[in-house]
Amino acid sequence: MEKVYSRTTGIREDMVNGFCPGCMHSTIIKLIGEVLDEMDIMDKAVGVLGIGCCGLHMEYMTYDNTTAPHGRACAVATGIKRANPDSLVYTYQGDGDFASIGLGESVSAANRGENITVIFVNNGIYGMTGGQMAPTTLFGMKASTAPKGRIAEEHGYPMHMCEILNQLTAPAYLERTSCNTPANVMKTKKAIRKAFENQLNGKGFSMVEIISNCPTNWGVEPLDSLTFIEEKMLPEYPLGVIRDK
Amino acid sequence: MAKVEIRSESCKSCQYCVKFCPKGVLAVGDKVNAKGYEYVVPVKMDACIGCSICARMCPDAAIEVYK
Repeated sequence: MEKVYSRTTGIREDMVNGFCPGCMHSTIIKLIGEVLDEMDIMDKAVGVLGIGCCGLHMEYMTYDNTTAPHGRACAVATGIKRANPDSLVYTYQGDGDFASIGLGESVSAANRGENITVIFVNNGIYGMTGGQMAPTTLFGMKASTAPKGRIAEEHGYPMHMCEILNQLTAPAYLERTSCNTPANVMKTKKAIRKAFENQLNGKGFSMVEIISNCPTNWGVEPLDSLTFIEEKMLPEYPLGVIRDK
Repeated sequence: MAKVEIRSESCKSCQYCVKFCPKGVLAVGDKVNAKGYEYVVPVKMDACIGCSICARMCPDAAIEVYK
């Protein structure tokens, strides 16, 4: 009998990760590890983690990584990539980190066409800090700072980062995927691989926005969070390639 | 002939594997692991086709597949 699916070498085998049950942060870091394994570039990969739940990955990753000040992952990644052009540098950021606190750094890095890859995990809420409203929170979606859900007059509208960055000239690749079904998991993996290949080929800024979940702060069971993604998140954030040049 | 190997200490009982297994091989067991989760166990291993969907969906990398 042959092993047809083995654990990636990108995550530590001797530890159980501390993410909540069903959290897709762990699915995504697993996919990144699988892509690095398949491309055989684990030794030159550098992950720049944002603040929030995504920062927890530093305990479990087996390759080089650092954690940036809140929101500044794209700026830190820029420095690492410019100093070590042969390395593969990616940022791993949540919606609070990438689209709110780090909006300036994120848009600036995209506008410069920095040759880095951004993995942007969008679950529509602040996870670690206790379920506050994020720029990506949906209308009517309850958050600890918006008990009645997002109301346009009061809080504005959900931000679509792929579409916002698509207004810029420089970005090379923008795609939105999800991890709610096996097919979407495979598409996410393919998108991550494409974004990494773009960087190795010197194409410039690539971003994969992954629609994720937060069963704990959404207040649902893990299985129900998959339904929530399908019924509520995806109509607001349609999947697909937004730009590929 | 295929089989799945589940590292029970990593399982957090999110049940993504149970939901997406096309052959109904997996189910939540009645024992708990050190973290207090009722971990998933194979109940119909003979039906396993080694498609690896369970392992790909598992957030906690608890599953490895042989074929």
